[in-house]
Amino acid sequence: MSCCGSSPGYDDLDQVSRLVSARLAAFLRTLRDAGFRVGLAEGQDAATLMSSGYAARSGLLRAAFKHLLSARKSDWDKFDGLFDAFWLGQRVRSRSRTIGSTPGASNPSLKSLQDAAAEQGGSQSITDQLPSSDDAPEGRSGEGRMEGASPAENIAEVDFRKLSDPDQVAEAHEAAAQLARAMRTRLTRRDLARRRGYRLDLRRTIHRNISHGGVPISLVKRQRKHKPLRLIVLLDASGSMSMYTSVFLRFIHGVLDQFREAEAFLFHTRLAYVSDAMKEKNAARALDRLSIMAQGAGGGTKIGESLQTFNRWHARRVIHSRSCVMIVSDGYETGDAALLGREMAALARRCRRIVWLNPMMAWEGYTPEARGIRAALPHVDLYAPANSLQSLRALEPYLMKL
Amino acid sequence: MKNRDEIAQALAASGYIADANLATAISLMQLLRRPLLLEGEAGVGKTEVAKALAKVHATELIRLQCYEGLDQSSALYEWNYQRQLLTIQAHRGADSIEDQVFSEKYLLERPLLAAIRRPKAPVLLIDEIDRADDEFEAFLLELLSDFQVSIPELGTIPAVTIPHVVLTSNGTRELSDALRRRCLYHYVDYPDVDRETRIILARVAGASPSLSFQIARMVEGVRKEELRKVPGVAETLDWAAALVGLDVRDLHDAPETVHETLICLLKTHEDRARATPEVTQRLLGKVA
Repeated sequence: MSCCGSSPGYDDLDQVSRLVSARLAAFLRTLRDAGFRVGLAEGQDAATLMSSGYAARSGLLRAAFKHLLSARKSDWDKFDGLFDAFWLGQRVRSRSRTIGSTPGASNPSLKSLQDAAAEQGGSQSITDQLPSSDDAPEGRSGEGRMEGASPAENIAEVDFRKLSDPDQVAEAHEAAAQLARAMRTRLTRRDLARRRGYRLDLRRTIHRNISHGGVPISLVKRQRKHKPLRLIVLLDASGSMSMYTSVFLRFIHGVLDQFREAEAFLFHTRLAYVSDAMKEKNAARALDRLSIMAQGAGGGTKIGESLQTFNRWHARRVIHSRSCVMIVSDGYETGDAALLGREMAALARRCRRIVWLNPMMAWEGYTPEARGIRAALPHVDLYAPANSLQSLRALEPYLMKL
Repeated sequence: MKNRDEIAQALAASGYIADANLATAISLMQLLRRPLLLEGEAGVGKTEVAKALAKVHATELIRLQCYEGLDQSSALYEWNYQRQLLTIQAHRGADSIEDQVFSEKYLLERPLLAAIRRPKAPVLLIDEIDRADDEFEAFLLELLSDFQVSIPELGTIPAVTIPHVVLTSNGTRELSDALRRRCLYHYVDYPDVDRETRIILARVAGASPSLSFQIARMVEGVRKEELRKVPGVAETLDWAAALVGLDVRDLHDAPETVHETLICLLKTHEDRARATPEVTQRLLGKVA
């Protein structure tokens, strides 16, 4: 690739490159705001690209940046829009702070360049790339508290629906998180103790037996890797579940935080992938993000369609041989119950176990009348109540057997 | 070779029809010396990219197929135990035997070590990296950034040449951000009709342009159906070869053959059952 056009004088070049790199820094910042994980090395490589002729053609630069700066399908899909908005001034609903008030020619406004330069020269550094988890915790004194299990015992049997005052709710949240932590610890310990079946480590065996003339008298063994249990949670966030959603969210947050392998989805009329939001370390913030995602309920619950989406787009990626799918829902299906049955069958073929947790089950006189739940039940391995901490705890022995 | 048009041409000459985006990615690979991560559904031709790249560079393709439980000894190096044992037995009592048996002579190269010790940079294909465990991914990270390997008994072995690295992933497992960030990313989608037509023309001897176009159109229709396993490019090529072998010149002339040969595209019982003659007829109707 030939280099760009006529050559300006040295000072001009310096000026240009400074402007360009400030602009580039602003672009990287925009990407980070949009959830891209862009590091310093990528920034340097992007600068290399701009100085090696790619900047001369915006289409080529966009393609090149796309390969360099996106790292997953979701990045890949939104990159072009972000690029065009930033570099070509095309309007996109964006919360980018870099576009200044100067009404715009197609060139970047002076203010935005200044802003960018200031950002670049200032505090913009590695800390900027880290997820915001290390920000000050927002008034959650309970975070990380480990003493005793007393709060859990007090409210273990209370139906989540009856938790009314904020303190109790907070207590239940904390207890759910603790429970998740405890479950994780116990499940892991069980795994370690169960680990059997050693393979011979030939290299070490030979090393050790050289003095015996190579006769393998003392054997060195290698421990078999164990595959962690993977938990996939599909949580019904529809109106009929609203009493329970928040505590379950807290529990799932705890689970995702503790299990090395776990994925979470929310559904009401459609399915949303929420693992990333759940992996937010700060529980309060995670729940905020999630309650926003959970909004839109009220139009009924389309469990069948949500499962269809899950089976079609996510199942292959998230399910492996030691996976348990946990569906938390009351089973009130407003869509097609037959579709729900079909999709449950498809799901059952894929995964090891399906656990269906139904908060209503513990209500007096409840029978699974809803069409949805009746269609689903034949494919469910465990159908259990989940309306209190105690009922959540009762699941543990089952999960251990996976 | 820098220009992306040249790259696209060179790839086409070796039988791979690339879109402009992929050509850009490959030119960047050379400019920035970063590995290329290809993601996409199974059967869209990710592995073929590496093969074509090896042909373009006229160099060796070294392939590491990842699987669960893949460890360093099968990916990097292993000692030749039989030989070591024999040597130890033969030199019983000799002092320096330990140094001797852990020397280059007893080292078995596995793909990764081979890739960095070739005098001419090979193409290293790390296939289906998402199947390997997290630990292996982390280990790979180190190798791919430093291009050197340390073997406890021998010391550090630096790369003779830096290979062109292509990683592929089907998205079975979420890859780490660290790995993703080190790589250039390209999402390989199913080809559009135009590109698939050219792929058939390039790969299936005896396929006429009009038949190739019809096949590509038909496959496009099949992919839009609700299927458990969407056919990939390899399936398209199989089907095209079958049709050519059965002497079909125009899909409309042989609807029955078309229906019967759909087994080349549909690989599960359910999908097969869903593709009734009426469905085939409907799909054929959309093919110009």
